[in-house]
Amino acid sequence: MTRHAATAAPRRALAWLRWYVTEFTGENAYARHVAELRHADPDAEVPSRRAFERRRVEARYGDPRDGGGLGCC
Amino acid sequence: MRTTPLRQRPRAGSIAIWTVVAAVGALGWSMLALARGEEVSAAWMVAAALGTYAIGYRFYSKFIARRVLRVDGTRATPAERMADGLDYHATDRRVLLGHHFAGISGAGPLVGPVLAAQMGYLPGTIWIIVGVIFAGAVQDMVVLFFSTRRDGKSLGQIAREEIGLVGGVAAVLAIFSIMIIILAVLALIVVNALAESPWGTFSVGLTIPIALFMGVYLRYLRPGRIAEVTVIGVALLLLAIVSGRWVANSGLAEAFTLSPGSLVGWLVIYGFAASVAPVWLLLVPRDYLSTFMKVGTIGLLALAIVVTLPTLRMEAVTDFASNGDGPVFAGSLFPFVFITIACGALSGFHSLISSGTTPKMIQKETQVRTIGYGAMLMESSVAVMAITAACVLDPGTYFAMNAPPAVIGDTLQAASETITSWGFSVTPDQLAAAAASVEEESLLSRTGGAPTLALGLAAIFADFLGGDGMTSFWYHFAIMFEALFILTAIDAGTRVGRFILQDALASLHPRLGRFRETNWLPGVWISSAIVVSLWGYLLWVGVHDPLGGINTLYPIFGISNQLLGAVALAVCTVLLVKSGRLKHVWVTLLPLTWVSVITLTASWQKVFSGDPAVGFLARRDLYQDGIDAGQLLTGARDMDDMRTIVSTATLDAALSAVLALLVLVVFADALRVCVKAVRRPGSVTLAEAPYVESRIVAPAGLIATKEERAELAAAGLGAGGGIPRQADGERAGTAEARE
Repeated sequence: MTRHAATAAPRRALAWLRWYVTEFTGENAYARHVAELRHADPDAEVPSRRAFERRRVEARYGDPRDGGGLGCC
Repeated sequence: MRTTPLRQRPRAGSIAIWTVVAAVGALGWSMLALARGEEVSAAWMVAAALGTYAIGYRFYSKFIARRVLRVDGTRATPAERMADGLDYHATDRRVLLGHHFAGISGAGPLVGPVLAAQMGYLPGTIWIIVGVIFAGAVQDMVVLFFSTRRDGKSLGQIAREEIGLVGGVAAVLAIFSIMIIILAVLALIVVNALAESPWGTFSVGLTIPIALFMGVYLRYLRPGRIAEVTVIGVALLLLAIVSGRWVANSGLAEAFTLSPGSLVGWLVIYGFAASVAPVWLLLVPRDYLSTFMKVGTIGLLALAIVVTLPTLRMEAVTDFASNGDGPVFAGSLFPFVFITIACGALSGFHSLISSGTTPKMIQKETQVRTIGYGAMLMESSVAVMAITAACVLDPGTYFAMNAPPAVIGDTLQAASETITSWGFSVTPDQLAAAAASVEEESLLSRTGGAPTLALGLAAIFADFLGGDGMTSFWYHFAIMFEALFILTAIDAGTRVGRFILQDALASLHPRLGRFRETNWLPGVWISSAIVVSLWGYLLWVGVHDPLGGINTLYPIFGISNQLLGAVALAVCTVLLVKSGRLKHVWVTLLPLTWVSVITLTASWQKVFSGDPAVGFLARRDLYQDGIDAGQLLTGARDMDDMRTIVSTATLDAALSAVLALLVLVVFADALRVCVKAVRRPGSVTLAEAPYVESRIVAPAGLIATKEERAELAAAGLGAGGGIPRQADGERAGTAEARE
């Protein structure tokens, strides 16, 4: 067995974990948003990361009346 | 639509596997139930729980998804129809399961089972496991389904639209009062865990500057780098726990040794500040930290229990189950075990996450089973771990930690004598050694469940990692872990309460209309102050009333949480009837009936029982007579104490009665709507969003079936699914998609 094959499974697991963490935390929300904008129109204006993350926090936490944030007991 | 035949002939292999699963579960149950006079291994707990969950998930949840809800894989969810990349965003089911679980799990499933352990491990475990299969997981899944069909509307909105104004307003009022009670009880748990403990107070206090730092980092330094900042935050958190020991052993110890009274003050100030501060500064980073700690610690605990398989030292059923004289909470097994273990078996609060947040992120209707039912099974397993941790402790130590000083006195000698007289032998030396092992002054009457759980966790973890030398670290780690997400619940809850109150004030009178503006500072400050003072008052009473505290407030908390569950189940029942699913209405009607019987019985007993340990009115009369006769009764040191007892008993009685009445109003209105729908089916109007065909291809379960894999491959998609042939390179091209 080559060295490459021996490390393939752990490397795949690590890549999966990395993917899961970035998805779970929402780290790639910005990249996805930019990709979607670019897909619709290659010359679209994209917001800066700072502006996008502010909007995202506001959308997720701004108005908690729908129960987000206190579902746990 | 690719139709799957509803009845397939089961394969022999599958029959064999499920027979083995059922046999393992049954063996676990019989070992737990029949073992007498000997210590039982936690392995049987694990077997009974996992076997039963597997059967419930495989058969009952599948039945509900297919036959009752008739989930439709061709129907687009709000996440697909209304996608905006922010709120509405179709999320990979495996990621969403993590989100949903992190959203629903909190202190409840950890604390309730610990308190219920006073009746032995068996009653609590049965209710946690049977309750989740037939009530809790059903509620979460059905609410998730109906909210998904309604653009992700919240439970309150659904109640207003589908039941009517009276039921809807009563539901919102009930939600608000229940929230105030929950905040008070959660805060009381923190107070009891941190009082007179400089180590705990210092480390938990440090979480505030850590969160502020993370907030600024994310806002200005590196926006959006959440994983990175969480790693930094967790490292600082561990440092905070370790440094707590140095502080406790230094000259600073006195500054961090706080009485319960001053902790109440600090918590109230904290709650107010968190409610008026911008969310990015405190609430958001705390949310990241506590989510990480929650998921990490629960995972570690599951691993530790499975690896070490500790022995349960508590009896299967103690005498307190039948005589109702338990020191932790008064009242007999029925109904009080069922309301003490709220979350873990059935939690009304989950219906707030299942409606509102998760439905806006779910890819496919077919996934409500995995997300709704599955996440609740995970929550239930957390409760099983909590009861295991409590029962691993020596029963004598357990009772010394959880009985109030009015019962066991405040010296080791007195506590040891009282507890030994109940049949659980424990010496003063053993109690002193237990406190020394975790470097605390004393463990007597550390009520609230958190310290007990921390001690049990420390015992299990130390066995697994690090040995006896690490016990005190693990104890304070566990205290930190609980305090962290309780504080997160306090700031989030105060804010939710503030928004509900602002809405309510604005609709009272046109001149108060400005209260609706959520950035009008006077409105924000006034409503935050009202919410904080409401729960702050209950908390203050809980600390100062000699008969108050956990054993009085916790039952009210449990009742209110289960009442909210009853409201959610009532809404589900109405929707099942209105949407032509009358034949299967028993799926929610059965748990609704059960939870109504237990909560209303418990409410009735808390108000009207003749036993002053249980009934608030009887207690008020007893102590009022004492005041009139000029004599001091049990627990009271002076006449002021007597008067406090009388006034809080009156308040508690009124609170319990009002909550029960509000829920009865919701029930009456729900019944009216159901009867109307059955009598005149033509008159029914459903507020369901219109059908739109779904383009997303995604598996229903965590692991794709053979057919689903073929479908994904044909669409050129990875395991996460998505919309076929959209040049969606980002999503289809991620590492996991290549599996």
